[in-house]
Amino acid sequence: MRRRPLATLALLAAATVSVSACAAEETADDAASASGSGSCSPGDLPTLEDGTLTIGTDAPAYEPWFSDDDPTNGEGFESAVAYAVAEQLGYAEDEVTWVTAQFNSVIQPGPKSFDFDVNQFSITDERRQAVDFSSPYYDVTQAVITTGGSAAEGATSLADLKDLRIGAQVGTTSLDVLIETIAPDSDPVVFNTNDDAKLALQNGQVDAIVVDLPTAFYITAAELDDGVIVGQVADSGSSADQFGLVLAKDSPLTDCVSQAVDALREDGTLADLEQQWLSDVADAPVLS
Amino acid sequence: MPDGVLPPASELELSRRAWRRSRARRSTLVALASTLLFAVVAWLAVTRSPGWPRVQATFFSPQVAWESLPDIARGLLLNLQVLVVGGLLVLVCGLGVAVLRTLRGPALAPVRIVATAYVDLFRGVPLIIVLYLVGFGFPALGLQGVPTSPFVLGTAAIVLTYSAYVAEVFRAGIESVHPSQRAAARSLGLTHRQSMRIVVLPQALRTVTPALLNDFVALQKDVGLISVLGAVDAVRSAQIQVGQSFNFTPYVVAGLLFVLLAVPSARLADAYAARARRRQQSGSLL
Repeated sequence: MRRRPLATLALLAAATVSVSACAAEETADDAASASGSGSCSPGDLPTLEDGTLTIGTDAPAYEPWFSDDDPTNGEGFESAVAYAVAEQLGYAEDEVTWVTAQFNSVIQPGPKSFDFDVNQFSITDERRQAVDFSSPYYDVTQAVITTGGSAAEGATSLADLKDLRIGAQVGTTSLDVLIETIAPDSDPVVFNTNDDAKLALQNGQVDAIVVDLPTAFYITAAELDDGVIVGQVADSGSSADQFGLVLAKDSPLTDCVSQAVDALREDGTLADLEQQWLSDVADAPVLS
Repeated sequence: MPDGVLPPASELELSRRAWRRSRARRSTLVALASTLLFAVVAWLAVTRSPGWPRVQATFFSPQVAWESLPDIARGLLLNLQVLVVGGLLVLVCGLGVAVLRTLRGPALAPVRIVATAYVDLFRGVPLIIVLYLVGFGFPALGLQGVPTSPFVLGTAAIVLTYSAYVAEVFRAGIESVHPSQRAAARSLGLTHRQSMRIVVLPQALRTVTPALLNDFVALQKDVGLISVLGAVDAVRSAQIQVGQSFNFTPYVVAGLLFVLLAVPSARLADAYAARARRRQQSGSLL
């Protein structure tokens, strides 16, 4: 077969040009109109699906934020908050759809599969460059937990934890607190999930793990044999850790969702839901 | 070449050479032009797309890359440690299992069966599951003296899995040695063990070196999986930083470091394979 390099070249050029032509499809109007116009009624909200609110969270959905790994039942603090926000925006329970969104798919650039995501995402300025956060719906502290008889039991200050092996889940502010505030001498042990961290704790592979306080109460009460809360980590001076709903960067919904969260805070709904689902977050000793 | 050996090339031959040279030049130019064109078009297609600024900021931020480099490089040291220790152990264990599988004699059937079962099992189980079972299951036994270090447990899991792969590679090499070699060795009075050591294995190893290097490149990437046990390697270190900033650049940095690690191995494998080919085909006209 005779090869014709020039013809091949021309073909290649044509192909690449056509590929790039379809690659450069304009996405829908990014600057949607609803933003800032103050109209937050369901008819005006440019949601993913008209007339329904799509809410994302990761699977499995952990207690006490969700119950029975089912975000749709309205039980557990974050599920309840999500439905309260939906109601505030004018969406009834049957107008709410849940989708599973893994950590990376929540923080990636580009279009999202949800209108907002509720998954114990801590608000930080650094993260704000990649996504939008609503107003905070929960102020969280981090806690150190362990099992009875481990080296961490009975620690009363951060200094007591210095020479221990401590673990946390990757991508969490628990890990940030472990690295920056507790700063143990040995390298922090970093796990994919709190479940792995729990297993390692039970096996004695780590002396303690860092989780947020509500999770700490749940794990030590319901999941660990002989679980112990060593204490909560005092604020490291900077702003307190707060959970916010995550939206796509520059999402037209951010203002309305934030207004809804603020309204729920003002009328006491958030406090009530905290009382209902996280009430046993009483006072753990403070490690400083 | 000295003139005394060969007559000078004829007009015809010279014209042939010139023609070949011109063809070679032309094909080089065409290749160059096509590559350039493709690169330009691809570059334009990517950078003119509406989402490019966001992608650039999220995946290719020089500042984030520079800041994340020290931690990721430190994590890569752990990868390298596991790679060296694991790689050596895999070679030894894999060869051992391959030799066990190729033992002769009816009395040794159980040994062959156990070795075969091991290979089948560990070639079939995904490495990540072996890591979980070894890394979290083993310490859960609560036995005295069981190591809890993710480095040791992770390396053990990797050796278990990769030895099964490498054992198969070795076995293929051993079985590729012609039976006449073995027969000749035995007829010279060598024992089974001697003929294995002196005659069969050297030839088998030479045959399978490219395949082994290929497995080595795969191992380079898989050592990072031990991070599920808590050790902070290059990829985990990148993941931690991604979690803090929601910027994916550290992943790209870690990926590039792994590529830098893999390229020498790939070139080495190619060079070795080429040398083996030249040796094998020396004397033949191509």
